[in-house]
Amino acid sequence: MDKRTPLYEKHVALGATIQSFAGYMMPIKYDTIQKEHMAVRESVGVFDLTHMGEFRVTGKDSMAFLDKLLTNDASVDAGKAYYSTMCYPDGGIVDDLIVYRIGDQEYLMVVNAANLDKDWAWVQSHLQGFDVKVENESDETALVAIQGPRAQQVCAKLTDVDLDGIGYYEHSTDKFAGVDSLIARTGYTGEDGFEIYMKYPDAETVWDAVVKAGEEFGITAVGLAARDTLRLEVGYPLYGNDIDHSTTPIEAKLGWVVKLKTDKPFIAREILEQQKVEKPGRYLVGMKVIGKGFPRHGTPLFSGDRKVGIVTSGSIAPALGQAVCLGYVERGFQKRGNELEAEVRGKRIPIKIVKIPFYTEGSRK
Amino acid sequence: MSNIPENVRYTETHEWVRKDGDKFVIGLTDHAQHEMGEIVMAELPEVGAEATKGDAMGGLEAVKTAEDFYAPLDGEIAAVNEELESNPALINEDPFAGGWLFAIKASDDSQFDGLLTAEEYKTHIGE
Repeated sequence: MDKRTPLYEKHVALGATIQSFAGYMMPIKYDTIQKEHMAVRESVGVFDLTHMGEFRVTGKDSMAFLDKLLTNDASVDAGKAYYSTMCYPDGGIVDDLIVYRIGDQEYLMVVNAANLDKDWAWVQSHLQGFDVKVENESDETALVAIQGPRAQQVCAKLTDVDLDGIGYYEHSTDKFAGVDSLIARTGYTGEDGFEIYMKYPDAETVWDAVVKAGEEFGITAVGLAARDTLRLEVGYPLYGNDIDHSTTPIEAKLGWVVKLKTDKPFIAREILEQQKVEKPGRYLVGMKVIGKGFPRHGTPLFSGDRKVGIVTSGSIAPALGQAVCLGYVERGFQKRGNELEAEVRGKRIPIKIVKIPFYTEGSRK
Repeated sequence: MSNIPENVRYTETHEWVRKDGDKFVIGLTDHAQHEMGEIVMAELPEVGAEATKGDAMGGLEAVKTAEDFYAPLDGEIAAVNEELESNPALINEDPFAGGWLFAIKASDDSQFDGLLTAEEYKTHIGE
């Protein structure tokens, strides 16, 4: 039986198309994907992301534990956050996640809903030897995201916190819409915006307050379908599509979240170090479609007769009015400007490797 | 419930077909456009191309899915809906009129009578 978020009735009342996703009944779209997408690009949208998983890490060895488990460096200041991958010993990716440093000895890991059980088991299996406590707060923590160039104007009405003082990937624990919240300037859209974490019973209060505060800006509820086109348009990888156990952060161009410049040991360090030096056999690239047709997840890529890659995400980029995709291509074929062909339903469609992000006008600070 | 007008015939691959003078106009059914979601690109056949019943004549791309569409009759492509080039959403908004896909000059008009009736199509899609 799929779970419902505390905002489920709100989605029903808004007439959302609701589908099962990662064990939750989630709003896929309320209106059209294009309208929701453009609302976030041009003004502001509100998302229920309660399906995301939250693990709280506390104790003396919190930093050492996360440094072992995650590829990125946990030594950020309290009040800051970092993006990281979590790898298997073979360098494949368990998940990608955001970690908020709450205090000296306290962190909050936010993981993908679809990976929650796997991640929890992985985290649990590495506790030995660390003076650390990890609690799974996923079933009591709601997440409401407010994203778009008007997001700060909406949020400023609902909190006394000086939002200008919260930079990108920073956060503050304070009242929001009158309830205890973690207010973070993070997101997955390429726009400025905030992610507000709160306890389940407070979610409706926050949602209603955000909708009311956003009225003057035409705030729009945004479902998971537009969340996917928004992230693709700025080239953010999606676990399960673009990254998974069979890909490494080096291949996925996520080398910037692998702390090879530190001397900290972490799972998969040696293999990733070696791959960085020797260069991986393939790279994740962004591609624009030149011809008609849409390459999708699984579409093969060719250079002449030779298969040189595969598409991992493909869809329309609504703000650009054309199809874009992410995919892996063999080393040697990844250069920007390089032209390849995607084979879509038996036909070859010309595509061109381009710079990520595809969309560069975002308000992200 | 889908809109299934009685004045057109249907295929199992979710095209509707309307007799219009000496041609047959073809589009995507309301049921199919609803299933596909927002259509963002239509790839149409060339006018003058040969159409063979059951062959793919073009493709439709929605945000999440893609589908080919098929010739319901043998003949020759007599016209295509150029409007879809700039406004493919017409297929969602007005599937039985403004969102038509293409027209065929049939080589044997009697094939039309073998297509599904509204009642049969309704059963086909389980409504």
